Amino acid sequence: MSRHTLSVLVEDKPGVLTRVASLFARRAFNINSLAVGPTEVPGMSRMTVVVDADGDLIEQITKQLNKLVNVIKIVELTSESSVQRDHILVKVRADAATRLQVTQAADLFRASVVDVSTDSVVIEATGHPEKLTALLSVLEPFGIREIVQSGTLAVGRGSRSMSDRALRSA
Amino acid sequence: MSKGSPISPSLMATKSAGAPKAPERADRTAETAVGVDTAATASPVLGPNNVVPPTVMTGSQAIVRSLEELGVDDIFGLPGGAILPTYDPLMASKMNHILVRHEQGAGHAAQGYAMVTGRVGVCIATSGPGATNLVTAIMDAHMDSVPIVAITGQVSSGVIGTDAFQEADIVGITMPITKHSFLVTDPNDIPHVMAEAFHLASTGRPGPVLVDVAKDAQQGQMTFSWPPKIDLPGYRPVVRGHNKQVREAAKLIAAASKPVLYVGGGVVKAHASAELRELAEITGAPVVTTLMARGVFPDSHPQHVGMPGMHGTVSAVTALQQSDLLITLGARFDDRVTGILKTFAPNAKVIHADIDPAEISKNRTADVPIVGSVKEIIPELTEAVRTQFATSGTPDLASWWAFLNNLKETYPLGWTEPEDGLSAPQRVIERIGALTGPEGIYVAGVGQHQMWAAQFIKYERPHAWLNSGGAGTMGYAVPAAMGAKVGEPDRVVWAIDGDGCFQMTNQELATCAINNIPIKVAVINNSSLGMVRQWQTLFYEGRYSNTDLNTGHDTVRIPDFVKLGEAYGCASFRCERDEDIDATIQKALEINDRPVVIDFVVSPNSMVWPMVPAGVSNDQIQVARNMTPEWEEED
Repeated sequence: MSRHTLSVLVEDKPGVLTRVASLFARRAFNINSLAVGPTEVPGMSRMTVVVDADGDLIEQITKQLNKLVNVIKIVELTSESSVQRDHILVKVRADAATRLQVTQAADLFRASVVDVSTDSVVIEATGHPEKLTALLSVLEPFGIREIVQSGTLAVGRGSRSMSDRALRSA
Repeated sequence: MSKGSPISPSLMATKSAGAPKAPERADRTAETAVGVDTAATASPVLGPNNVVPPTVMTGSQAIVRSLEELGVDDIFGLPGGAILPTYDPLMASKMNHILVRHEQGAGHAAQGYAMVTGRVGVCIATSGPGATNLVTAIMDAHMDSVPIVAITGQVSSGVIGTDAFQEADIVGITMPITKHSFLVTDPNDIPHVMAEAFHLASTGRPGPVLVDVAKDAQQGQMTFSWPPKIDLPGYRPVVRGHNKQVREAAKLIAAASKPVLYVGGGVVKAHASAELRELAEITGAPVVTTLMARGVFPDSHPQHVGMPGMHGTVSAVTALQQSDLLITLGARFDDRVTGILKTFAPNAKVIHADIDPAEISKNRTADVPIVGSVKEIIPELTEAVRTQFATSGTPDLASWWAFLNNLKETYPLGWTEPEDGLSAPQRVIERIGALTGPEGIYVAGVGQHQMWAAQFIKYERPHAWLNSGGAGTMGYAVPAAMGAKVGEPDRVVWAIDGDGCFQMTNQELATCAINNIPIKVAVINNSSLGMVRQWQTLFYEGRYSNTDLNTGHDTVRIPDFVKLGEAYGCASFRCERDEDIDATIQKALEINDRPVVIDFVVSPNSMVWPMVPAGVSNDQIQVARNMTPEWEEED
């Protein structure tokens, strides 16, 4: 099974996230991550769905998603043709003795400290999932208290816009 | 999300002061037939597209008016609190509303209506339990791609989410079993949502659409105008097949020595039986018609080799198994047809034409996929085949036909007489078909009687055979037959039902009797849940766990179907002997002023043959218990 990133342009209507999520559940497709938010076009949202599937299955997933009336367009973004980022907030134990080590580790990953207390810091980082995994393994020995992570966001490289083309063909 | 045109005060001044005018009731049949409108008309709004200037009315009046403008003539439903506002203007409408006794009956009736007319079937229910009672029918319509629109009342928008009285999240409940669904909380959305619902239900791959309307949206004021604008940017069904793919398909057909036309219910839905016949005769290939496609190619045609699948004919099942090319038209490689998928038609290349791209290569990878309506693809394919044959010659299918004809002769459909002296259910069903003829409509429930009705009635035209194929819904027959009779009142409509199925939905006999819908119900009474019993006989050492219904011969007969039929105002008969079968059927055929119920008491020991047991290859087809055809006879 390989990892695929689908960018799904949808109408911003009530229930559209449920329709997408329940389709995955009903057809036994595995969602690795899902992120959704508004786009530059009013009334349209964009979902980035990361799925684990082999070739035939990803085709079936795409076709089934396309059958949802609120789904306008689906594009598969490969890692070469797109920029893909996750966003993470990590609360790490850090007292006076270890705080400097923790912040230095964060610096190495170009992560930033967004909250400090006497015995902890909150570190914010963005990056490719592998980079964030590496960051977490470096922070792990200090004691991770909480992790909050977004789904992957992805956008195609170059000047073309997904919603532009979708609107023209609609 | 309102997309209606803005209300212009100057336009509003022109409307009449009184109640909205009743719409012109033109003949809408042509415009509203599913699949016909795709290329011909410009407007995606069904119905005659009468122009209605902006008119102030309530949301519930708008629902009724939208249905009228969409060309709806008949509705099946049952009122309740949350849909009450809509039932009030419905009373004044010229549309024919048929009050059912259970909402499931309304749903199946809408399906039966849609199946025989090709038009969208409409059912209405109230919120909560009313809506959930529609769920089985909605799921059934989803599995068998039947165009229905279900309208449900919902609690007022202000109390949605508070577990209000009779509140159910019916949009959420039906999300996986509808083609699409709407929750309407603003009455101004009603006209375009209704038009969109009918457009979605009837175009592309047809299916059920749910419109859930909050009570306050029904009661609120809105401005109605017609036709509304349909705004579905994510919905663009492909109708025309790709030319290059069609030519590729023609090349494969010209090169095949064992081709088979594997024809499914999509050809019925697309009204493409005439086109299919032309293609079949040009190619000379054998035709198999699936359970959903019975009748779309005449049974009497010499190229018809039968129904494939678990209870298909040996010739049809073997034709698929041994084929080198499946020309798949509006079929979906259902597991009841393929058996174990990896052993299905192992040497065949696959042409797969379907309007739903997701069906192509879902179960079996297609060598030549063609997405589009078979109504358009089949004639194009016929042309391409004609051209291809002109250059590469007509393939010689003589040895293929010799093989198949031998199978047809050696393993015809038949039955053995029961040893208990009771009538064979197959005979009863065969006689119903023979005495009624191909112009009748036959609606089956689910189980043994369904398979026998698929096998032993000779179908010569599409839309004559209705059953619950994908869903396998026991209880489908009586209400679906009711809907079919409303849609085609001049045809004889038989519900061929089992004693188990009949007890699930026979309350609709009251609806039939009171509304003068004279269907004929043949209860094939083997006093048991027959298909389950057959599996218990074959695979559970005859341990009949919970399959005895005590309705038949030598039992307490609870209920007594004759008394039950009479209680519902139906002419009711019991037939227990072979020699009475024809006379009883004739008697039923002569009665047209009320429904007829016949209790055909038959043997519980008859079994459906041939059979491919579950979980084995179609090559293991049995013509009778533990009897598999001799494949050595090949060549």
